Amino acid sequence: MDITYTAEEQAFRAEVRAFLKDHLPADIAAKVREGKRLAREDHVRWHAALNARGWLAVHWPKEYGGTGWGAVQRHIFDEECAAAGAPQIIPFGVSMVAPVIIKFGTEEQKRHYLPRILDGTDWWCQGYSEPGAGSDLASVKTRAVRDGDHYVVNGQKTWTTLGQHADWIFCLVRTDPAAKQQEGISFLLVDMKSPGVTVRPIVTLDGEHEVNEVFFDDVRVPAANLVGQENKGWTCAKYLLTYERTGIAGVGMAKAALRHLKDVARRQARAGRPLIEDPTFRRRLAEVEIDLMALEMTNLRVIAAVQGGGVPGAESSILKVRGTEIRQAITDLLRRAVGPHALPFVPEALDAGSNAEPIGPEYAGPLAAQYFNRRKLSIYGGSNEIQKNIIAKMILGL
Amino acid sequence: MDFSLNDEQRMLEDTVTRLVRERYGFEQRGRYGQEPTGYSAEVWSLLAELGLLSVPFSEADGGIGGGGVELMLLHQAFGRGLTREPYLATVVLGGGLLARLGSEAQRGSILPDVIAGEAMLALAYAEPDGGYEPLWIGTRAERAGGAWALTGAKTVVLHGDSAGRLLVTARTAGDVNDRAGVSVFLVDPSQAGVSVRGYATIDGLRAAEITLSGAKAELVGPEGGAADALEAVLASGCVALCAEAVGAMEQACDLTLEYLKTRQQFGAPIGRNQVLQHRMVDMRIALEQARSMAILGACSLELGADVRERRVSAAKALIGNAGRFVAEQAIQMHGGMGMTDEAAVSHYAKRLVMIDHWLGDADHHTTRFADLPESTEEDA
Repeated sequence: MDITYTAEEQAFRAEVRAFLKDHLPADIAAKVREGKRLAREDHVRWHAALNARGWLAVHWPKEYGGTGWGAVQRHIFDEECAAAGAPQIIPFGVSMVAPVIIKFGTEEQKRHYLPRILDGTDWWCQGYSEPGAGSDLASVKTRAVRDGDHYVVNGQKTWTTLGQHADWIFCLVRTDPAAKQQEGISFLLVDMKSPGVTVRPIVTLDGEHEVNEVFFDDVRVPAANLVGQENKGWTCAKYLLTYERTGIAGVGMAKAALRHLKDVARRQARAGRPLIEDPTFRRRLAEVEIDLMALEMTNLRVIAAVQGGGVPGAESSILKVRGTEIRQAITDLLRRAVGPHALPFVPEALDAGSNAEPIGPEYAGPLAAQYFNRRKLSIYGGSNEIQKNIIAKMILGL
Repeated sequence: MDFSLNDEQRMLEDTVTRLVRERYGFEQRGRYGQEPTGYSAEVWSLLAELGLLSVPFSEADGGIGGGGVELMLLHQAFGRGLTREPYLATVVLGGGLLARLGSEAQRGSILPDVIAGEAMLALAYAEPDGGYEPLWIGTRAERAGGAWALTGAKTVVLHGDSAGRLLVTARTAGDVNDRAGVSVFLVDPSQAGVSVRGYATIDGLRAAEITLSGAKAELVGPEGGAADALEAVLASGCVALCAEAVGAMEQACDLTLEYLKTRQQFGAPIGRNQVLQHRMVDMRIALEQARSMAILGACSLELGADVRERRVSAAKALIGNAGRFVAEQAIQMHGGMGMTDEAAVSHYAKRLVMIDHWLGDADHHTTRFADLPESTEEDA
């Protein structure tokens, strides 16, 4: 038993760190660290920098332009990226639709779509959730009716993250309304520029526009855009939900957030003394740090099992539940740390280069909004209650 | 990054697991508790015969040089069986401190008997007003001619009533809570200057209040410079307790899960209720987090004190909370049965809650973790 990284793994960490130092644009990292808004262009630039190094598709097989990295390398990469203030890689193309295309797509689909994901030609978004179908994904109502060489799609998707930037959307659509719930679903790729596609913003409780509703009104989609077999889309959906889940704990992001929290607590004054010297605050900080140490070790245990050829099963659900709870606890402490300066709401100050005069310390600006934003963590990707259902069934046999 | 065991470790795990399985059924355990010492002399001899009492000692001292992982494997099995034998008191704490501080002659005269199962030790460090702070030592050591004499009181000394020799912390200089001036002594508890009041603990073990009134004592290790060794040995003790808690949590979770699947109410197993399912999931998550911290602690024992102390305190803190959570939920989900002495689960619950009271509870270790300086960026 050895919980240290090997010399090769440490060398790899150094290589990633050196790359980030040279190629992560400083203005983007600053935005991430200061909690400022990221533009589409920022994400595109960062993806391009990663792609130039061959590191965008971290978990694709090498033959399709992936890195071929093992689970430990991917973990180190995630950790270093978060520590350096890199934006998260937008997952919808690289981590979601691409693995499905690689696994179930035709040769032609692979040849067409994969390079465009790598070079940034196509920005993808996810068309899974529908009004009335949150964690109960299989109750998809959006219809696709075959009409010659096309499907005609009608319906609505929702919670479509960054759909306002997207060129393409991958959708679960119902192709056989007579079949049982999980049958009769197909996996369809839709060009967002198709006539009949409408995107409407959903403003979230932090005042931000991150998610959208997407409407389909007699949208004609070439039948060639079907991935896998008609009515077998649930197989693709399930595959995607279990694919590469070792990063789900978000340990790298949580560690970066904890460092930020300590930094804020050192700078923040509380009745004339640095907050970090306040015993109650120190106590809360210690508790969350200890929880994070335990999560990191649990994550490494799962990663080591995957590296050894295992497939992460319902353990991913444990990582998701604890990872999101801990990240929420950290954002909760960040909000509390700034005391009354969590109250002012000046959204324009979140634009980099804004002239808005900060109220209270500059770092306080985004913290309350971020706290509310991060409530999403325990809801999306299968709510934490759904994860517990999965653990009860798959691990405990209840 | 490798969480697998090597062949020797797997053999060790098999050996101790078999011993606990064959010798530590619920009723057998009940009988051992009736012995005057509170444990089974027969099981102790068996531990010696199987070589398990030698595990942590160096080869020079007649042991096999086991480290944190070996300690973890043993105590995880002990936790599954809720064993009562004084492995922690004699081998890990008493033996561990003697091995670290003792002269060749001292080690040579005692450790072979410990390894043979013939000598029992106890570490008397805690004092009535010190809470969980090991350096809070008011017991005084004075030179009396060529020898030392100890005066003071030690409280809740694990297995202090069955030990043939006590290792006692006392001050040769300084004030309570000073790091300097802490010394360790060997004391024969049968002498007139020592009173030992033994009693049962609520988690099925034995402990003693020990009063020293000019007790004759033999210095072990450097005069006034034993604090580092004491801390290191208490860290080993914490790792042992963490592993024991994981073993006990495994059993408490298994028993509760089984109960959820079999106990019928309103015409269905109670485990059909989602609220109980999620509670059980929370117990399982707590167990996995605890297991991770037990591993982290075990793998940090041989590291430098700065890294070790912080990680071990983190582990003991998390496991104190996790163990209490599992214990409380296990009782709750067993309903009235969980309240009875005849149900095994209640004994696991008591041990789990009380592990938090040995060697520092979650509050103590969380505060300690917060106060210890962070060592320079460590990976994993």
